[in-house]
Amino acid sequence: MASDTAAISDTGTEDGVRRRDWIHIAALSTAGVGAASVLIPLITQMAPSADVLAASTTEVDVSAIQPGQGIKAVFRKQPLFVKRLTPEEIAAATAEDAADMRDPQTLAERTKEGHEDILVTMGVCTHLGCVPLGAAEGENKGEFGGYFCPCHGSHYDVAGRIRKGPAPLNLLVPEYEFTSDAVIRVG
Amino acid sequence: MSFAWAKQYEPQTAFTKWIDEKLPLPRLVYNAVGAGYPVPRNLNYMWNFGVLAGFFLVVQIVTGVVLAMHYAANAQVAFGTVEHIMRNVNYGWMLRYAHANGASFFFIVIYLHIFRGLFYSSYKAPREMIWLLGVVIFLLMMATAFMGYVLPWGQMSFWGAQVITGLFSALPLIGEPLQVWLLGGFAPDNAALNRFFSLHFLLPFVIAGVVILHIWALHIPGSSNPTGVEVKQESDTVPFHPYYTSKDGFGLGVVLILFTTIVFFLPNVLGHPDNYIEANPLSTPAHIVPEWYFLPFYAILRAFTGDLALFGITFVPAKLLGVIAMFASILVWFILPWLDKSPVRSGHYRPLFRKFFWFGLIPTMIVLTICGGAPAEEPYVILSQVATAYYFMHFLVILPIISQIEVPKPLPFSITEAVIGSDKPGTTSGGGKVDPEGVVQDLPGSSPDGSLQPAE
Amino acid sequence: MTIRLGGIIVGLAITAILVLWSLVPGFINFAFGPPAEKQASYAFYEHGDGPEGGFTFDGALGTWDVAQLQRGYQVYKEVCSACHSLKFVAFRNLQQLGYTEAEVDAEAASWTVPGIDPNTGETTTRPGEPTDYFPMPFANNIAAAAANNNAIPPDLSLMTKARGDGSNYVYDLLTGYGEADPELAAKVGFETPPGLYFNKHFPNVNIAMAPPLVIDGQVSYADGTEATIPQMSKDVAAFLTWTAEPSLVQRKQTGWFVIGFLIFATALAFLSYKQIWAGMKPKKK
Repeated sequence: MASDTAAISDTGTEDGVRRRDWIHIAALSTAGVGAASVLIPLITQMAPSADVLAASTTEVDVSAIQPGQGIKAVFRKQPLFVKRLTPEEIAAATAEDAADMRDPQTLAERTKEGHEDILVTMGVCTHLGCVPLGAAEGENKGEFGGYFCPCHGSHYDVAGRIRKGPAPLNLLVPEYEFTSDAVIRVG
Repeated sequence: MSFAWAKQYEPQTAFTKWIDEKLPLPRLVYNAVGAGYPVPRNLNYMWNFGVLAGFFLVVQIVTGVVLAMHYAANAQVAFGTVEHIMRNVNYGWMLRYAHANGASFFFIVIYLHIFRGLFYSSYKAPREMIWLLGVVIFLLMMATAFMGYVLPWGQMSFWGAQVITGLFSALPLIGEPLQVWLLGGFAPDNAALNRFFSLHFLLPFVIAGVVILHIWALHIPGSSNPTGVEVKQESDTVPFHPYYTSKDGFGLGVVLILFTTIVFFLPNVLGHPDNYIEANPLSTPAHIVPEWYFLPFYAILRAFTGDLALFGITFVPAKLLGVIAMFASILVWFILPWLDKSPVRSGHYRPLFRKFFWFGLIPTMIVLTICGGAPAEEPYVILSQVATAYYFMHFLVILPIISQIEVPKPLPFSITEAVIGSDKPGTTSGGGKVDPEGVVQDLPGSSPDGSLQPAE
Repeated sequence: MTIRLGGIIVGLAITAILVLWSLVPGFINFAFGPPAEKQASYAFYEHGDGPEGGFTFDGALGTWDVAQLQRGYQVYKEVCSACHSLKFVAFRNLQQLGYTEAEVDAEAASWTVPGIDPNTGETTTRPGEPTDYFPMPFANNIAAAAANNNAIPPDLSLMTKARGDGSNYVYDLLTGYGEADPELAAKVGFETPPGLYFNKHFPNVNIAMAPPLVIDGQVSYADGTEATIPQMSKDVAAFLTWTAEPSLVQRKQTGWFVIGFLIFATALAFLSYKQIWAGMKPKKK
């Protein structure tokens, strides 16, 4: 018995060394790959779940909005501004289409053909996500008569375009369509 | 604390030297589960389950923290949020099934770990503290698992909460108010669900803390081994790394194959269908059973069917007897190191003890598990009563007596001799040459009176 | 020594209490007392074995039969949904049954779900959208009980997981209606109480649900499958298996991949372990 065990040696030949190392490296790397793949479910579980991703739509009846008035609706848990512009506001906004702007866009690009008086935008300031004022009666509309974000002082004009302050982009116009003259479907 | 021949941590680079001076964490790990921890060379596969239990604790904490990101502990929505996890959350079904079955595997591994300890008498001096801390961990696990089972707010969750808190109502005088206090109401509802969630989140970290104490206590005397003979010399041991890290890695792979088979192919086999019915305080399921890992103790609880009464006076009602017995069945483990005084540890060298272990205790546990899951009718009631009687007799009567009268088989001189049949200097290997001084060194764990030394 | 002596005394005391006050009286009662009475209804219960040939999703390699799920959905929609809700399933989930996005939109719109009038805020109804969940047939449990002879029709979303061997259970239940053997019934004095129906596969054989599938061809399948009662039962059982566990097939497929990887990794771990111990494990005997 003793003689059997006395023959134990760390390594036999050069070949033995390489073969031995190869097995340990393979085993450890496989374990590493396994551990790394466990991270996939652990990380992706924090991404939006199926019910959040499922596209939802919001229908808004715009027929009751008087010129110069606006309403707030909710689209995907965020505020949505729908405003009917007065002819004067349309004229003013169109006249300023060529003005020097941070994010140049014409009023026509921001409304639907045939419904230039209906302006639909997200009520989310493009700076850091506050809700701008100006949608409801009597709120501060800012220096350009549109929306004003009180958090960091961004001024938007009547077409929701950024004119002054830190916000980088115009108020986002979501995808929407007129299902009839009176109703829009957002999303 | 370690053996004299334990390898010392030597930082190789300037960075590791710097770390070692400021915060010797690598040194701690090296001495705890690295090459710096000499372990008996003859451990069998039953010694894998400690590391595996630690692994499943980590699985439960990781999956649990992640599930808590999607769960809401409110009786109105709890059941719905669990379904939300199963249907909408990315890989939610996988995480929940891993958590639910992870609890079962944690208990499987822990039971094997405990019964390893019982067979090899790992609870004996100088390792009593490891054993006591282990029993504490087991009790914390039971509390955590019970509260976790309440969270999905299915029928079994609800009625489990009702029945288990109802145990406390058996106590005289304070019982009823105690149950109401535990539940924060007269029946399980929001208050109970929320506190169970809070504690279910907290207790695993307490368990992790006690696990650290458990391992710390283990490193004072060092690991036990299948012969029960203490380590005497360097040739008796091998460094934990790479010898036991590789063995534990292989063991982990085998257990993971079993675990994933359950998670991916039979995820509900260890659960109960009734828990997919939303909690209904107005209707009790036909057959309430706890999770399988509580069944032996549930059987002990139900074994007491008659009041302790004499001449028409009831001294202790059956309900209280059952509750006392159930708690006593685990608390008895706390005095186990002092009940069994045989100087020999391993069941391999204890012919009488071994018979009672394999033909007494193990069948008893199996019978109790079956009876705990069976309906309360004959023959299960009588079987569980016989098994319960044996359970207490085994620990409280049989062990003390056989440790007195048993004639143990001769022990090997040393672990080395047990492994290779001879213990002459120069014939050993592996751990290195025998250090002549190491042989005679007074080892940690050898008691001064020599009572635990092998019969030579 | 004191601990051991105390232990022996306590152990004998516990055993004595258990034997004298619980075991012996229980045994006497069991051996000499009157035999436990069984409800007469149990004489009629038969354990079913599910549909002949089983389901396509059975076993470790099973997958959905999409056409069957669509047929089962049709049975649910035309028969079960009158009384049973499916509250954890959304219309958008139907895409998994092989419907296109447009078909799901149309299917959702064919259901009426509760809504709120955007102008007045009053509750109203509107056609369903893919994000909506299947509507509840009754406003609340009281209404459900009142309309169903005091029995509340359970939600079916999780039915096949809420019963042991659930897919087969649903099939057996739907095909288990009939009459109790009159001879045996007269002998044991069994009678189905009024308002309940005899079903040999229901645990206490008297079920509150009227037979939902009564004639062949009750549903006209679009794919031309003959709608016999066993066929419809099997289809709806398959559909309800899907509603209970939409991830079932994905789960098994992931499982094969994971287990394959683990076997490979464990084999390598075994080789590595043997290699490390090669010098340590002498032949013992």
